Amino acid sequence: MIKLRNLNAGYGSLNVLRRVSLHVNPGEIVTILGANGAGKTTLLKTIMGLLRAQSGEILFNGRDIRRVPTEQIVFSGCSLVPEGRQVFSAMPVEENLLLGAYVQYRRGNKRDVERNLEYVYSLFPVLRQRERQLAGTLSGGEQQMLAMGRALMARPSLIMLDEPSMGLAPLMVKEIFNIIVRIREEGNTVLLVEQNARSALKIANRGYVLETGRIILEGEAEDLLANREVQRAYLGRDLDDNIQIRSTKPGSSHVNEA
Amino acid sequence: MYWQPESECMDREELEQLQLERLESTLNRVYRNVPFYLKKFDEIKFNPDDLRSLDDLGRLPFTTKNDLRDNYPYGLFAVPLREVVRVHASSGTTGMSTVVGYSRNDIKTWSNLVARILAAGGITKDDVIQIAFNYGLFTGAFGLHYGAERIGASVIPISSGNTKRQIKIMQDFKTTALVGTPSYAMLIADTIMEMGINPNSLALKYGLFGAEPWSEAMRRDIEGKLKIIATDNYGLSEVMGPGVAGECLERNGLHINEDHFLVEMINPDTLAPAEPGEIGEMVITTLTKEAFPVIRYRTRDLTRLMPEPCPCGRTMRRMTRVFGRTDDMLIIRGVNVFPSQIETVLFEIEGIAPHYQIIIDRKAALDETTVLVEVSEAIFFDEMRKQTELKETIKKRLAAELGISVEVKLVEKKTLERFEGKAMRVIDNRKF
Repeated sequence: MIKLRNLNAGYGSLNVLRRVSLHVNPGEIVTILGANGAGKTTLLKTIMGLLRAQSGEILFNGRDIRRVPTEQIVFSGCSLVPEGRQVFSAMPVEENLLLGAYVQYRRGNKRDVERNLEYVYSLFPVLRQRERQLAGTLSGGEQQMLAMGRALMARPSLIMLDEPSMGLAPLMVKEIFNIIVRIREEGNTVLLVEQNARSALKIANRGYVLETGRIILEGEAEDLLANREVQRAYLGRDLDDNIQIRSTKPGSSHVNEA
Repeated sequence: MYWQPESECMDREELEQLQLERLESTLNRVYRNVPFYLKKFDEIKFNPDDLRSLDDLGRLPFTTKNDLRDNYPYGLFAVPLREVVRVHASSGTTGMSTVVGYSRNDIKTWSNLVARILAAGGITKDDVIQIAFNYGLFTGAFGLHYGAERIGASVIPISSGNTKRQIKIMQDFKTTALVGTPSYAMLIADTIMEMGINPNSLALKYGLFGAEPWSEAMRRDIEGKLKIIATDNYGLSEVMGPGVAGECLERNGLHINEDHFLVEMINPDTLAPAEPGEIGEMVITTLTKEAFPVIRYRTRDLTRLMPEPCPCGRTMRRMTRVFGRTDDMLIIRGVNVFPSQIETVLFEIEGIAPHYQIIIDRKAALDETTVLVEVSEAIFFDEMRKQTELKETIKKRLAAELGISVEVKLVEKKTLERFEGKAMRVIDNRKF
């Protein structure tokens, strides 16, 4: 569905992404892992046309979208759930969602908009409960759901998520990731950028590891999970396998899970 | 029968995208983790960031067996040793041996690639596979073993040798597939005939043979005598081991696992790319190896790529069987032997001159090596006992160094041919 070849991108003279090549096939969840500053957000912004690529190719369904304006990219079926949610806080939930369906309005598909709204509410029942509430008053997790719902309103074929787990409590993270899996089950394709490597690799089909703008590793998600370098750098695995029990308080012990 | 159909029958365009991604991440990793490659790239002022397409691969330097030897043992490993779960090596003492390593994922990939080849050769989980390769530091036995286990076949790790026992096990254990060198298969076939056993009484159906070159004629002979379908497979430890390429049941060319190995053909004299369809030396770049990646490794094997699609449906290109070598390496009983190894051993022994000849024959399907060594004047006319002692010393040292046993004959000084140009020390009487 989307193919990047030798993508170089950055900000002015600052080269951030170097020769990034990757692909996402229809129906997959592909995750991009990397630490802060690795270039993950730059990558998504470049795909969306918010940043201009310096060289290389971005092929979306066979079409080079490098010089295509962002709105056109959304029209062709690629949506972004940006980092930090970025919901329209002064507007109610429902209007946030309807704005996400702008593409459908332009196409004159009013009936589809209603159907999509129903679909999003079925994915995120809590949004239906809060449909008149101002988006800024929602909790972090609810805002994340709103941002995802908004992106889904455009009925994209590829949905890209930038660090959906950021700033969320662990239980909420679990719920969000379950929803991402559900989105794939509904036939969507997902490109997931995440620092929470463990959760991302658990739901992804494949992954790429981005380090200072370069892809240094790629493979099936389960292989990346098993890769010790990935474990050490991104999964917080103990360097010394022999330490199984660590005490957090005198007299207590906390088993360190692998 | 495909083991990984999505990969084996992959669209060529998808394959090229995959190769580009994997090549780039491999280059990033070696540049970062292997000082040898960092130095080599810097020497030619190449930065992996400059790679624009698969065609740019030609700008990169080659890696040779000497590079591996110079970095003995762990110099080319791209991961810390604690991540290496397996180490294999070629024969030879310090300075001549090459060491390779595998991470957990490398072992998993290796098993899958060998499984592909076994499946292509007819093997399923219902097979009983007798692995007659020598278990040890060589990659042959373990490579085929893990691949066979991956498929779920019943693996008999019998190793090589003791032919009569091999045959008894074949009968008793109802072996359906034999794995080993083609010459060993031939020996087993001939021994079966000698013993008066009817091959139809055996459960054998398939044979997967490799580690040495063999001809169509030899294949037909083995197939006729053992009543099996015999396929060729190819690999080298420097790149992974067995599993690099293997024949499908069409038995017309070996499919290369191109999603894991990027293959180029070069003219071994000019080092420029060979013309498409011409015989050339195969150069391999690993795309997914973690512990021991190699960039543009010169295999020294001469072969030809077959661009035509294969009726089996696999889109991975085929190579013909290997025609020969561009260097002087010999393959004796499936073991790689360099005449220079023999030379090194001889130089260390007193009482002999630096003149020798290596004669290789095939007797009763097995390779027999005889090393003729000139003695220095003093020794030859001395007691018989001293001669025998010297002979035994040479034999033992050579066996230890090469990994195969050889016969040694002491000859008078000045009886062996002298050469003005390149010494032709090897007389290979085997005909493939």
